[in-house]
Amino acid sequence: MNNQTKYELLSKVWSEFSENKVAVIALIFFGIILFVAIFAPLISPTDPYDLATVTIMNSRLPPMEEDFSGNVYWLGTDGAGRDMLSAIFYGLRISLSVGVLSGLFALMVGAFFGISAAYFGGRYETLVMRIVDIQLSFPSILVALIILAAFGKGVEKTIFALVLVQWAYYARTARASALVESRKEYVDAARCLSLGNLRIMISHILPNCIPPLIVVGTLQTAHAISLEATLSFLGLGLPQTEPSLGLLIGNGFEYVHTGDYWISIFPGVALLITIVSINLVGDQLRDMFNPRLKK
Amino acid sequence: MTVYILQRSLQSIVVLFIMSLIVFCGVNLIGDPVYMMISPESEPAEIERTIKEFGFDKPVLEQYWYFLKNVISGDFGRSFVQGIPALPMILERFPATIELAIFSLFISLLFALPLGIYAGLYPERKASRIIMSGSILGFSMPTFWVGIMLIMLFAVKLDWLPSTGRGQLGTFLGIESSLFTLDGLLHILLPAINLALFKLSSVLRLTRAGTREVILQDYIKFAKAKGLPQSRVIGVHLLKNILIPVVTVIGLEFGSLVAFSTVTETVFAWPGAGKLIIDSMYNLDRPVIVAYLIIIVAFFVFLNLIVDILYSFLDPRVRIKGSSE
Amino acid sequence: MQILKKLIALMVICLVPSIAYSKTLKIGMAGEPSSIDPHYHNVGPNNMFSTNVFSMLVGQNENQQTVPDLATSWKPINDTTWEFKLRKDVKWHDGSKFTADDVIFTATRALNVPKSPASFGIYLKGKTFIKIDDYTVHVKTEKPYPLMANDLSVIKIVSKKHGTNATTEDYNSGKAAIGTGPYKLKQYIKGDKIILEKNPNYHGKKPEYDTVEIKPIKSGPARVAALLSGDVDFIDGVPPVDVKKLEKNKKVQLSSGLSNRVIYLHIDQFREDSPFVKAIGGGKIKNPLLDVRVRKAISLAINRQAMVDKVMEGLAVPAGQLLPKGFHGVSPNMKPDPYDISAAKKLMKAAGYEKGFELTIHGPNDRYINDAKIAEALGQMLSRIGIKCKVETMPKAVYFTRASAGGPNKTPEFSMMVLGWGAGSGEASSPLKSLLATHDKSKGMGGANRGRHSDPKVDALIAKALATVDSDARGKILAEATEVAVGKNYGIIPIHYQLNTWASKAGYSYLPRTDEYTVVAGFQKK
Repeated sequence: MNNQTKYELLSKVWSEFSENKVAVIALIFFGIILFVAIFAPLISPTDPYDLATVTIMNSRLPPMEEDFSGNVYWLGTDGAGRDMLSAIFYGLRISLSVGVLSGLFALMVGAFFGISAAYFGGRYETLVMRIVDIQLSFPSILVALIILAAFGKGVEKTIFALVLVQWAYYARTARASALVESRKEYVDAARCLSLGNLRIMISHILPNCIPPLIVVGTLQTAHAISLEATLSFLGLGLPQTEPSLGLLIGNGFEYVHTGDYWISIFPGVALLITIVSINLVGDQLRDMFNPRLKK
Repeated sequence: MTVYILQRSLQSIVVLFIMSLIVFCGVNLIGDPVYMMISPESEPAEIERTIKEFGFDKPVLEQYWYFLKNVISGDFGRSFVQGIPALPMILERFPATIELAIFSLFISLLFALPLGIYAGLYPERKASRIIMSGSILGFSMPTFWVGIMLIMLFAVKLDWLPSTGRGQLGTFLGIESSLFTLDGLLHILLPAINLALFKLSSVLRLTRAGTREVILQDYIKFAKAKGLPQSRVIGVHLLKNILIPVVTVIGLEFGSLVAFSTVTETVFAWPGAGKLIIDSMYNLDRPVIVAYLIIIVAFFVFLNLIVDILYSFLDPRVRIKGSSE
Repeated sequence: MQILKKLIALMVICLVPSIAYSKTLKIGMAGEPSSIDPHYHNVGPNNMFSTNVFSMLVGQNENQQTVPDLATSWKPINDTTWEFKLRKDVKWHDGSKFTADDVIFTATRALNVPKSPASFGIYLKGKTFIKIDDYTVHVKTEKPYPLMANDLSVIKIVSKKHGTNATTEDYNSGKAAIGTGPYKLKQYIKGDKIILEKNPNYHGKKPEYDTVEIKPIKSGPARVAALLSGDVDFIDGVPPVDVKKLEKNKKVQLSSGLSNRVIYLHIDQFREDSPFVKAIGGGKIKNPLLDVRVRKAISLAINRQAMVDKVMEGLAVPAGQLLPKGFHGVSPNMKPDPYDISAAKKLMKAAGYEKGFELTIHGPNDRYINDAKIAEALGQMLSRIGIKCKVETMPKAVYFTRASAGGPNKTPEFSMMVLGWGAGSGEASSPLKSLLATHDKSKGMGGANRGRHSDPKVDALIAKALATVDSDARGKILAEATEVAVGKNYGIIPIHYQLNTWASKAGYSYLPRTDEYTVVAGFQKK
């Protein structure tokens, strides 16, 4: 594939994608969120986790309030006196990294098992797909609860739980497209040339599974971010030292009945925008790749 | 069929066994339950007495073995924290959870079916587009946050509805439920809406997809061509045919409502089983955690089996085979 | 005429329930007993609940001073024997007479409840109960034992007639739950409610309510909501964040009182290389917390008033020792350390830590009121004197395991930890013995000494106090021990005493108890 056709393909994809204005807006929003998450330490007004600068004397200031040294807190402060805006920026960073990381790992694991199942077939395939079926018959939160009940909370444990929740979706998707692909002649040809199995799977079958995996990937990442937030809100996911958006909302929950609304509303809005924009993008991608819905 | 059920049951037992082993041993590694049971003023000798009394000094696998032996006779052990048998403790919480899940399911079907059919019949109308965008929003909104917003709006700001706990219980046809009293209904409304919203979107989308597929079928076209009234086409021909996926969905969604009620129950302090498992996970109350997970996983296995069997009756095209396809 | 009759009938119907209602008390409680059996589980909620149904030989009033209950008087008759004279007019709920036999029976039963998760051994071991006559009991110990009355104020006396061979389940079902307390157990539905009925023959102050319904409502906001909606008449454990809002509500009456619980810092004083202390930059460093000047600097860097105002919403009192004023064994000379950053910095400099060091503060997040926030605020405050802090909080289930025995050889794992101590006996001997005496398993001393503070002088004073039967003399020795261990050595750093808050419908109030107990007898009409 030369650069020319690559460019053409991309512009074709883009023109199809941009048919849906809502999806384009969502993509822009997602870009902004990504920017904020990556550069959070540079653009945050304060470092919300530097205990030497945060002071309890500024706790629970409402939005737009000024403290006695003249700093303005646009979105107010939380119970410990942290600037909510900065906390949300940092929280986005943590939420996104956990969501994306777990999505990537799950994609790798799922694609590996899905493609290899389709490629080798037989008992191995039956076993893998049986496990996938069993897992998909349980709601994601239950699977996550089982993992966290057994291993306790923590960053790596939460990521592990999220990977375990998601991998089956990727595996199922990868297998479906790999099945179609592995029956094609060129794969047989490659086999006849006695190319290594791994090489055939990676360089011939995998590329053709990528579009559907991307669709599943965007939607699953949104799901993973939401699930992480839920688990952290419940106090079972990330530890307090890694305050994701879910944890921020959880911390604000305590003030719900007292009317200090900003502590839980604003991180929730940030979370909602993130998930909605990823979902809208994913939805459009799915419509594009789903031939059945094409006119 | 019998072979199929047997095979599925065997498989479920393996799943239950592995799951309980992992959880049982895992919880042990996180923290020492003895500190949950004793009073903080206890002296070391007292701590040792408790460790011996409950066999915490034995290897985990040995403890698990004793646990298994007891489970077979229906004894899941006693809660470390409360000191009472874990199984009844969980079972007595289930009615509240089931009640919440049923009511939420009812709410979500009440809205999702008509809206989904509408959006499927008239995909180009503006209202349909709004419904579909709305469903993405509903799909994306994290349940717990929506719950908090509902509390802020309807309980704190407007002061219309209670935001915590379960209302008064009433008895009807020998069933005790808070759905039979006004106070109970007021209490269940917010949590049920919260839980329903989450599933509403996915049921709506499924209904829409089903509708779109079915209206392309020949018999619908034929019915229309025959000049049957719209209401009859939708009410009989269409509904009958989207019923199959919907029945499956109701079964599975009900299960996932039960699972997700852990979140809603925590937000609204609803005294169901979901709240119990979260509290127990905090406290590392191993007997309760393990018992809950075993029960809920068994519940799902059972539910899935029922759905599969029902499905095969509803749609003769689907034949359950001895093994996977 | 018919109509009039009907009207009267209607009025009667309307009136009767409202009269009955006024004598019913509904309480929403944060904690729930794990059993009705008063000897099954030695934890707060159980000991608290059972005082409604059962009585002790010696009672504790709201300030935890010992008062006569089933025993009218008690005194040491020689160095190792206490004599208890029992009341002669007490009847069990079933009408049978209370005698010394019940006391002797209780002393054995309380030690031998099968599968008890936490026993009453600490209060009963080493004591021999002897019946002298139907209304006199002698309790013998090997050594002089001054805390006899305090210990026995925790033990609920059960009926021999009903308790013989009774299991914990028999108490839960109500079969064996026959006490001498102000209320009888009518119904117990685990997790849902406990219904009590007036005991008209109660030997103490007559109970006020015909029926009492206790509902466990674990979640703080849910308890407040239940009170506001009228579901319950009283609640305990009002969450601090709700106090301000409730203060403004005219329909609600708040009652708060000081508790016997001090929130304090335990500090690693036994390791040269403390796991959570590092030099700035993360290098190894000799544990600076071994230096009393550093410990004092930490105490001076804590802005206790800000902690009380901002973190505790005013529901605490700055602490300078182990128990607030009014308790036995409290030093009249000790005040909370002032907030003095410059003095703290000078001390840090003098100790050679002008540049500071790195430290992780550990704390629970579901044990004490606002515990996680306390830890976080402490982190902020210590950062001001150059101690670069990290704060880690965790659920109590994990925290206490690690705080007690998470390190190598089952030593405490953390370097600095936020903890609380409620003196169950109502005397400074309890925290001194458990928190500050040298950790020694065989002697049963320093059981919860997670910083492993050790000073022979303090040990000697505590031992002396524990052998002094004369109450005033013992109080003075305990005060002296506190002055050395806390005031001079900074063995622990006290932060604040918790205030507990109860809320009720207007027109009622609760007599706050320092032991944080919610007992039915404490509710009064104004």
